[in-house]
Amino acid sequence: MSKKFEHDIIPAYTPWQETTPGGVIKESGNAHHFKTGDWRAMKPIWDPDKCKHCMMCYPVCPDSSIIIKDQKMTGIDYDHCKGCGVCVEACPFKAFDYVPEGEE
Amino acid sequence: MAIRDKLSGNEAVAVAMRQINPDVVAAFPITPSTEIPQYFSAFVANGQVDTEFVPVESEHSAMSACIGAGTAGARTMTATSANGLALMWEMLYIAASCKLPMVLSVVNRALSGPINIHNDHSDSMGARDSGWIQLYGENNQEAYDNAIMAVRIAEHADVQLPVMNCYDGFITSHAVENIELIEDDKVKAFVGQYKPSTYMLNSDEQIAVGPLAVPTHYFEHKRQQAESMRNSKEVIVEVAKAFKEISGREYGLFEAYKMEDAERAIVLIGSSVGTAKFVVDALREKGEKVGLIKVRVFRPFPAEELAQSLKGVKTVAILDKCDGFNAKGGPLFSETTSALFVNGYTPLAVNYIYGLGGRDVKTTDIEKVYSDLSEIVTANKVEDPYRYLGVVEA
Repeated sequence: MSKKFEHDIIPAYTPWQETTPGGVIKESGNAHHFKTGDWRAMKPIWDPDKCKHCMMCYPVCPDSSIIIKDQKMTGIDYDHCKGCGVCVEACPFKAFDYVPEGEE
Repeated sequence: MAIRDKLSGNEAVAVAMRQINPDVVAAFPITPSTEIPQYFSAFVANGQVDTEFVPVESEHSAMSACIGAGTAGARTMTATSANGLALMWEMLYIAASCKLPMVLSVVNRALSGPINIHNDHSDSMGARDSGWIQLYGENNQEAYDNAIMAVRIAEHADVQLPVMNCYDGFITSHAVENIELIEDDKVKAFVGQYKPSTYMLNSDEQIAVGPLAVPTHYFEHKRQQAESMRNSKEVIVEVAKAFKEISGREYGLFEAYKMEDAERAIVLIGSSVGTAKFVVDALREKGEKVGLIKVRVFRPFPAEELAQSLKGVKTVAILDKCDGFNAKGGPLFSETTSALFVNGYTPLAVNYIYGLGGRDVKTTDIEKVYSDLSEIVTANKVEDPYRYLGVVEA
């Protein structure tokens, strides 16, 4: 079984007689279970000291990986962040460093 | 009482669609299928149906819209021909793999190039392995009847697959024939209400459709799809029986015509069958033991039944209205000979590619095939099994 799935919606190697019709997944919001963080080649590093919580990064993130709590940014969801760097470009305060994965 | 009317094949299919009253029709015009959405959109404009008609910008979009509607839980229909079907290609596979029942009337036309608007079977034969059930009609009546039966076949719990209702461009689609329509209320009762087991507009069960299937899932998904295709054979026969009760008309996987004691047989599909039956009748009057098989269901391929029907013949000519370009005959030939071989029968078999791009198929052409078959019987061997019928030779 793939280690990428913390929660297999249709378990791997389910017999064909038992799988859902047409592969339908009977659970919504399941993209969350597919961890795409290990696709990353470059990694954004957030600096809380420079961050003004302007939220410019939040809407541009294609993977919903900017974590917000009580109207403040609190970090990056590295399980899903693909390292595209759009947040780095969008930040007016240069609050993100952008480094090769594994060299932070 | 059934209603006698004179209609073109396309109009007959549009009338069937009005009687079926699908939830969604998304279509893009292409000759010779254009009249279907044209007539049908008039029914929509006149309020004769409740259908949401989606005039899309391409056939790829038409099939995509049908898939969207199907996943939402709608009974869905569309129509196309030739290059329109080719543009749907990618989405045909997705409709089948999502196990979405829908009905696509394919008005058979030669696939470009060279560009040609006339009839052959190269379009739907190219889509033969897309996972769709394929029914082929010989005439306007069958195009109408198959359109109605297709709904029940597609939506059957053991099937849940899309169906192509194929019939010949212009010859069937545009020629006007006297046909028998079934009363609106009987068609309505026959197709019943579509009750999908899962659908996206179901607020009680949220689902995701068309998901990524990695190597741990894909194979089982396809195997399940194949099982639905296998199941469909029995369902097609069942639905035909129910259809006979409301129409009096009999349908099977194929029609065996004067095959009981036949020594020489032809296997073919579509409108040329009428011409071929005329020849069979004439030869039978002369005492020749000839017959023919009209294949109605090409997907699933009725291999065992076809082999049984051909087991007694000395020789068989299989006629393909499209080339296969494997340089070894057309698809109907390959599959029929495969069916014969696997089931242990080995009549002398020969292939004819015929009628490409609307080339006329005359009684003299069919007579030539039966006469060639006589030569094969005499020689007791087939010299050149991959032949062309009606092409101009130097």
